Amino acid sequence: MRILCCVKRVAAPGAKINVTEDGLAVDATHLGFATSPHEECGVEEAVQLVERHGGEVTVLTLGPPEAADQLRYAASVGAHHGVLVATDGSAWDPQRTAVALTEAIRGLEAEAGPFDLLVFGNESADSGGFQVGVRVAYALGRPIVNGIKGIEVDEAAGTVTARREIDGGFEVYELPMPAAVGVKEGINLPRYPTMRGRLASKKLEVAELSSDAGPGGQSLVRLHRPRETVTETVILGNSPEAAPAVVDVLEELGVL
Amino acid sequence: MLLVVLEHDRGAMDEAAREALTFGRNLTGQMGAPLHAALIGADDIDLVAEAGAFGAEAVYTVVSDVLADFGPEAWGEAAAELIRRLEPGAVLAGGSERGNEIMAQVAARLDLPMVANCIDVQADSGAGEWTMTRQQWGGSLLEDARLTSERPLLTTGLHALAAERAEAAASPSVQAVEIDLDPSLARTMVKDRVVLEAGVTLSTAPVVIGGGRGVGSAEAFAPLEELAAMLGGRVGCSRAVTNNGWRPHSDQVGQTGTRITPEIYIASGISGAIQHWVGAKASKHILAINIDPEANMVTKANWAVIGDLHEVIPAIAAEVRSRRS
Ligand SMILES: Cc1cc2nc3c(=O)[nH]c(=O)nc-3n(C[C@H](O)[C@H](O)[C@H](O)COP(=O)(O)OP(=O)(O)OC[C@H]3O[C@@H](n4cnc5c(N)ncnc54)[C@H](O)[C@@H]3O)c2cc1C
Ligand SMILES: Nc1ncnc2c1ncn2[C@@H]1O[C@H](COP(=O)(O)O)[C@@H](O)[C@H]1O
Repeated sequence: MRILCCVKRVAAPGAKINVTEDGLAVDATHLGFATSPHEECGVEEAVQLVERHGGEVTVLTLGPPEAADQLRYAASVGAHHGVLVATDGSAWDPQRTAVALTEAIRGLEAEAGPFDLLVFGNESADSGGFQVGVRVAYALGRPIVNGIKGIEVDEAAGTVTARREIDGGFEVYELPMPAAVGVKEGINLPRYPTMRGRLASKKLEVAELSSDAGPGGQSLVRLHRPRETVTETVILGNSPEAAPAVVDVLEELGVL
Repeated sequence: MLLVVLEHDRGAMDEAAREALTFGRNLTGQMGAPLHAALIGADDIDLVAEAGAFGAEAVYTVVSDVLADFGPEAWGEAAAELIRRLEPGAVLAGGSERGNEIMAQVAARLDLPMVANCIDVQADSGAGEWTMTRQQWGGSLLEDARLTSERPLLTTGLHALAAERAEAAASPSVQAVEIDLDPSLARTMVKDRVVLEAGVTLSTAPVVIGGGRGVGSAEAFAPLEELAAMLGGRVGCSRAVTNNGWRPHSDQVGQTGTRITPEIYIASGISGAIQHWVGAKASKHILAINIDPEANMVTKANWAVIGDLHEVIPAIAAEVRSRRS
């Protein structure tokens, strides 16, 4: 199987998210960067699929040159190829991103044949536009379903069976390949890189592309933190002696 | 006209659709335009009446074999075709997983921009541009955005506002629209459903007992399970817990997990990182148990117990038991 995963480099904030002075980006001065969580699981899923069915995993990202780090990380956990569509580091809107990724995929397919499966995240962790995967899949004529938390491939039948979590159960979809999915964290537990994986990732040759896609209709004006509600916390006590006070609260709320 | 695409599952309207109608009523005030709604794959009178109760003056229904059950491509094409014909001034859907997915399908098909998870929208006042505030990072961060589009396609942030019926219910006119849909669009239709658990789920539980890294191991969740069972609730957890393999991901609360809405969330051994908080903040009340009085979860909670959860949780369970007997 030939599988392509689209991953986005995002800041990895902790307790709070700070914004740069111009309001145009997350202040990452004291932060690391990571692959958006849904997509990290997407890479793991792709690697597991080729471990079962044979084949290769290509990882594609659009971002600043440093986004090559996320491609190397993917290689360290089993991806075979990495492709970077380099930007100047400014945030690209979803339409522009989708056009650039679509062009890149068309180029890769023209060179080495179609991908059986395109794996996207359900939404990117930072800007969360909920659309890039759908736009790319539509432009390429591939069926896509979002919210996927389970994938099985039947190569003989040429189908992908995909599970989507709903409250108290799941829905089942069966897509003809070549297909696309938007996956969510929880589809698997991503592995950590091994020493051998880390070494292999250093040798990854990142293919660099550029795109002249023009901006779409949505543009970023300013990022800001939501207003925080200030809560007076009532301390019920220290350690087990607080139990009766806790149960009083439960009684008051009528949940006992 | 503002068109709201209503999300429903086999005839049951989703809360996100009610929220979108509520949001839409505000927006139609600004636009000076009527509120209409689209029902894809259903024409039940109950759904139409409900849309009316939330202020829709007209409801368009599209029914077809290809729409027999939910499928993002067929729903997206049906909605897109409806929009091509009706030419609404703007289109809105709820910010649920499906709502965003349908709108993305519409946006791809019409090659128009789409702005997801808006919590505040200013319609074009003549400058040819809409402005909005939308959620990034699952709601941990907000973005002011500008939109230039002949037909804004928007979704509303999930649970960012509460659904409210209109003061005076409308009795909407109903128009069945015939749309010829390519049968191949059914390739992404739901094929089957599997029910795993009946009863309360994490997103609907009235009580959630949360455990974080402070719990320490998979086994150490047993007292949390016990307390949850006594209160008719469910156990939830942080991402540190799922990453360690202590609990399944379906128990995770937060940006990349479930958004919970219990009467009370008892969060123990959880620091309250922003990505966890966005999944917990819709809880009506929060009680934190933590050894660290400065932890975010403690300072944001209504009540807190400062102490070791391994002692506090069993003591609470014992107290519940003794009051009941
Ligand atoms: C894009 C993105 C998405 C994310 N999505 C999510 C998400 O959906 N959900 C989520 O939870 N996280 C999410 N995270 C991770 C999040 O940033 C935190 O890393 C995580 O929530 C921390 O989990 P924790 O509070 O259990 O662990 P910690 O932060 O390590 O906190 C442990 C807490 O336990 C307390 N403690 C320790 N021992 C005890 C004891 N014996 N008794 C009482 N208290 C004790 C400590 O004082 C501390 O406050 C996401 C991160 C990113 C970057
Ligand atoms: N800059 C990017 N580079 C690669 N893939 C991306 C990028 N932005 C978005 N995607 C993919 O599209 C999905 C949906 O993104 P979004 O529409 O931003 O929520 C993500 O989960 C990624 O798989």
